[in-house]
Amino acid sequence: MTLSAVRLTLIKRAVFVSALSPLIIYLWRAVGDALGANPIEALIRGSGDWTLYFLTLTMSITPLRRFTGQNWLQALRRMLGLFTFLYACLHLTTFVWFDHFFDLDEILRDVWKRPFIAIGFTAFLLLIPLAITSTHAMQRRLGRYWSQLHRVVYAVALLAMTHFWWMRAGKQNFAEPIVIGVIITILLAARLIGPIQRWIQARKDLVLARDVESR
Amino acid sequence: MLIKIPRRNEPLASEITPREIALSRRGFLQGLAASSLAAAGWSAPAIATESSTRQRLPAQRNAKYSATDKPTAYADATTYNNFYEFGTDKGDPALYAGSLKPRPWTVRVDGEVKKPLTLDIDALLKLAPLEERLYRLRCVEGWSMAIPWIGFPLAELIRKVEPTGNAKYVEFTTLADRAQMPGVRSRVLEWPYTEGLRIDEANHPLTLLTLGMYGQVLPNQNGAPVRIIVPWKYGFKSAKSLVRIRFTEVQPRTSWNLAAPDEYGFYSNVNPEVDHPRWSQASERRIGEDGFFTKKRKTLMFNGYPEVASLYSGMDLRKFY
Repeated sequence: MTLSAVRLTLIKRAVFVSALSPLIIYLWRAVGDALGANPIEALIRGSGDWTLYFLTLTMSITPLRRFTGQNWLQALRRMLGLFTFLYACLHLTTFVWFDHFFDLDEILRDVWKRPFIAIGFTAFLLLIPLAITSTHAMQRRLGRYWSQLHRVVYAVALLAMTHFWWMRAGKQNFAEPIVIGVIITILLAARLIGPIQRWIQARKDLVLARDVESR
Repeated sequence: MLIKIPRRNEPLASEITPREIALSRRGFLQGLAASSLAAAGWSAPAIATESSTRQRLPAQRNAKYSATDKPTAYADATTYNNFYEFGTDKGDPALYAGSLKPRPWTVRVDGEVKKPLTLDIDALLKLAPLEERLYRLRCVEGWSMAIPWIGFPLAELIRKVEPTGNAKYVEFTTLADRAQMPGVRSRVLEWPYTEGLRIDEANHPLTLLTLGMYGQVLPNQNGAPVRIIVPWKYGFKSAKSLVRIRFTEVQPRTSWNLAAPDEYGFYSNVNPEVDHPRWSQASERRIGEDGFFTKKRKTLMFNGYPEVASLYSGMDLRKFY
């Protein structure tokens, strides 16, 4: 199914505004002192939560498009991916600023002491090349390597999931990490359906070819 | 933020006791507001649990045992709590503790004692003169508060029950009632919540059997009607809503230690040099003070109560964390 260009533009604008709204709401609450007793924790957690939400939204576009045949969905993927990067940047900024006040020495010691931070940071580093190569021009220049490079997002998903789970493990609070974990597992498994189907077809073809030969 | 189970709100409306009607209703409405706003990244604003609605508890200020820190705002101390019996989110206790009935209430004091006792709250209130003490409270998660507690030294109660020579430890047990505490349905910890101290720690004059805060009886979310406060240890050592105090010969099993023995030791003294695998313990954020434009403050050894150091002389505090 195709959508008129006008409609698609409207949808993209709506998605853009909705994707920006958590940030605006958090800023509004921060200014109005409405983030509760521990506003810094609320900002660090909130930015992390929204990074995970946008990561799963981005990763759900391709399987959703395949299963529904709504090909216009593809046009939203880049924007959602870049919002994932935006919220990841904010998450890192809140940590570096509010949790450590830009004290690099202390940050490095903290990363060493708390490996779940190192895992989250690795996921962030892997997002950088994806954000840089997200433009149409880069997509053209990289050709088939582009889609290979962007499979790095699967590693990002696994690292982000581990980061979240490990952080919560300290207080036995697994409900949300389980939900995110299940969603990411489904999204990763959805990627395997195509290759598995092709492999089965190839086996069938092979058996068929042998049958023909033996006759 | 991701998951709010609205059914937790429902029993509140039907279970309100007359004295608490107003408070419960407010909690119920805020619960609804919180769950509907949570999806949009909002959470309920600080609940104005007016201090004027709670029963006053007159007490003499004990300056010797009071820190000079600025007291944490009442609204912060009553809306940012770890009390897993009411849910794992720090906003949960304020929203759901309305179903706890702090009266009538009894505390059993038994085990290795010559005179076991069962005391109700009125008897406890009369057991020794009430004192107000401003203590620092350091959570294992890296934040801290300064709270004016009201109570008396646990040593006063220990003296009354006359521990036997076998009493080496004291075990504290929190109520675990599914009807009053929605969090107990979850298996996040082993219930009932138990904590423990060595008998000399329990007898230390800083260890406070606590019945109130901010000039009033304890709010439910802060461990009503009676709890323990051990200011030189991480907050989870200070068990809330006590139903039993038992004297034992062997070291009691404690809830967080059972859940993750390599993370939460029996002693759990505040110690900036011994890190928790998830939280650096070198510094802390004082709620309401250390904010956006100030660095977190350094955590003090024994939370700034050096007088307890002699309890641990000769002990390797890295090993006995």
